[in-house]
Amino acid sequence: MDAIADRPKEYKYGFVTDVETEKFPKGLNEETVRAISARKNEPDFLLEFRLNAFRWWQEQEPPRWAHVEFPPIDFQDIHYYAAPKSMEDAPQSLDDVDPELLRTFDRLGVPLHERERLAGVAVDAVFDSVSVGTTHQDILAEMGVIFCSFSEAAQKHPELVKKYLGTVVPPRDNFYAALNSAVFSDGSFVFVPKGVQCPIDLSTYFRINASNTGQFERTLIVAEEGASVSYVEGCTAPMRDENQLHAAIVELVALDDASIKYSTVQNWYGGDEEGRGGIYNFVVKRGRCEGARSKISWTQVEAGSAITWKYPSVILKGDDSVGEFYSVALTNNKMQADTGTKMIHIGKNTSSTIISKGISCDQSKNSYRGLVKVTPGASGARNYSQCDSMLVGDGCEANTFPYLEIHNKDAVIEHEATTSRISDEQLFYLQSRGLDSEAAISLLVNGFCKEVFKTLPLEFSVEAVKLLEMKLEDSVG
Amino acid sequence: MLKIRDLKARVVDGPEILKGIDLDVNAGEIHAVMGPNGSGKSTLSRVLAGHPDYEVTGGTVAFDVNREPQDLLAMEPHERACAGVFLAFQYPVEVAGVSNTVFLRSAFNAICKAQGVPPIDAFDFRDLLAEKLELIGMDESYLERPVNLDFSGGEKKRNEILQMAVLAPRLAILDETDSGLDVDSLRIVSEGVKRLSTPHNATLMITHYQRMLQYITPDIVHVLMDGRIVKTGDHTLAEAVETRGYDWVKEAA
Ligand SMILES: Nc1ncnc2c1ncn2[C@@H]1O[C@H](COP(=O)(O)OP(=O)(O)O)[C@@H](O)[C@H]1O
Ligand SMILES: [Mg+2]
Repeated sequence: MDAIADRPKEYKYGFVTDVETEKFPKGLNEETVRAISARKNEPDFLLEFRLNAFRWWQEQEPPRWAHVEFPPIDFQDIHYYAAPKSMEDAPQSLDDVDPELLRTFDRLGVPLHERERLAGVAVDAVFDSVSVGTTHQDILAEMGVIFCSFSEAAQKHPELVKKYLGTVVPPRDNFYAALNSAVFSDGSFVFVPKGVQCPIDLSTYFRINASNTGQFERTLIVAEEGASVSYVEGCTAPMRDENQLHAAIVELVALDDASIKYSTVQNWYGGDEEGRGGIYNFVVKRGRCEGARSKISWTQVEAGSAITWKYPSVILKGDDSVGEFYSVALTNNKMQADTGTKMIHIGKNTSSTIISKGISCDQSKNSYRGLVKVTPGASGARNYSQCDSMLVGDGCEANTFPYLEIHNKDAVIEHEATTSRISDEQLFYLQSRGLDSEAAISLLVNGFCKEVFKTLPLEFSVEAVKLLEMKLEDSVG
Repeated sequence: MLKIRDLKARVVDGPEILKGIDLDVNAGEIHAVMGPNGSGKSTLSRVLAGHPDYEVTGGTVAFDVNREPQDLLAMEPHERACAGVFLAFQYPVEVAGVSNTVFLRSAFNAICKAQGVPPIDAFDFRDLLAEKLELIGMDESYLERPVNLDFSGGEKKRNEILQMAVLAPRLAILDETDSGLDVDSLRIVSEGVKRLSTPHNATLMITHYQRMLQYITPDIVHVLMDGRIVKTGDHTLAEAVETRGYDWVKEAA
């Protein structure tokens, strides 16, 4: 067990839960991949899917192009599967879940008890590699909405998994996508059938607990014709001195007239002031607007992780489809973030909006990287991008790397970028009008991020504001 | 209301700038502090508002709160504001992303809260703003714009006085509000400041030139030179400085 008691208290989710864990030995080879699949009792097509990804992955080199620095990762020094031991004979209901686990999620503010069903959010909680419980199953089932752990989906709805898995992020898409495809442990599966507007927000809460463990979740969300769903993801991890790898994949598929809204509040442990420890958050998130008039909207509030490397993207294949990306990325201490989006316009009259707000504090590095691509057939494509950076202090870095690949002369592309700085003078000005430093910072941050916050579901927007305020208070002093 | 005794201050770890200031301000008075560039006028106003760049090295400042003198120097900047001290900045700061209305209402409500009165609702606040805008001769278009962002020098100064009008301080310190205003604006803003003056509040006008003094006749005039108040008199002192210059004051002091 790692000693964290004497560590500074900045990261309030930095506790380790004392549950017995079953881990596979460190290291990754074909046997590991087979063992994971066997442990989960998976259908053959999934094992094939994993092996195909693994064989390709073995021949690849890790990519290096992001504007982040870290020592090479030893992929043989990681446990690829960890599960709380008491899950051995999978819980039939939340009553069977280890009470210590339930307490962990309670401490994290994630309501898993059925008595919390009135909260209006269905929650799937993933602890290390496995899902420990999904709430509101019955209400959703009545409407035909499937919301369950990925493992359960593989057992109960193999045809849907087979139909959509890997269609947005192919196993050989890139190094980390292949790694995830080979070893993914669990995650969430959502299927909203034709014409159904999912009445409550669906939410997954990810928690890394075990040490030296990689977390590789896989999320797949499908909205059929005319369906709509709003999905929220939250993440935390204990404070540890070593770095931990989190390489997830999220795939979204929206058919004709469907809409998917995916919101993330990411607060993985980001390492200490010296840059020791923290999560490497290398995630592939991509949505495919398959159908006409479909819409996919990403909102992310990235406030944690030692390194964040991700580009939630939208492939605008259907005519008149809409892609949106709203992002707030805050880095402090020695955190590094290289994040942004890709909007790939393929259908006719597609439109995309990118609003990115980067806040860099202390010694951190914060880069926006975004691609807007308009293919030759995408007549009438429109994009609006706005990338704003805010610097807090002098030691930090903010960069913007916008890429444009426009192959259709009809395209209307607008890009705006600004850089500003929270200065002591600004804080003093606000204080001299009666606001204490907390209120002053909150006013500044809310002002800077308001276009993004207003796209979050209300309770998460409140949480996001508090999270940023808490992080900024330390940096602004 | 304000009692400054032998106030000494410096920029943190720098040379002393204020070298022993004595100043008494009573409710209902308008004071002018004049002095050449670099004499310490802004330093005095910023020290009174609690700017963190400065370090008080000696002296006391007592400010009456509910008729009881309080140690102003022991208060945080926002506590001073909530107690009724307002500084109109010589160089107002731009605040991107925060509209004038949101800023003013947050500040107004922070002060209400500190004084134990309920916050104002959005509609009443709109009426209050409309009234104050008229007083300062500003139109509504400024309300939704980010605070001071891309305002001209004169607009920024006017915006400071709008804030003063809304927050209704008991002690307003105006640091060179007259510089940067054109003749018409100067007249309107000066009239506004004059109308805001009541028997219950006080104004400390800090100026290099005496442009604003054409419109507002101060009760008491101080000349600040090299960190000290070297001469105090009535409004005729301002006129004398105007015609004879600061060298004359130095010789006469
Ligand atoms: N923050 C500061 N850092 C360094 N020097 C300062 C600072 N503030 C004021 N000074 C110095 O203190 C002296 C007085 O400045 P100031 O109070 O601004 O004068 P005034 O407002 O009368 O023109 C000047 O020499 C100025 O350079
Ligand atoms: Mg000055």
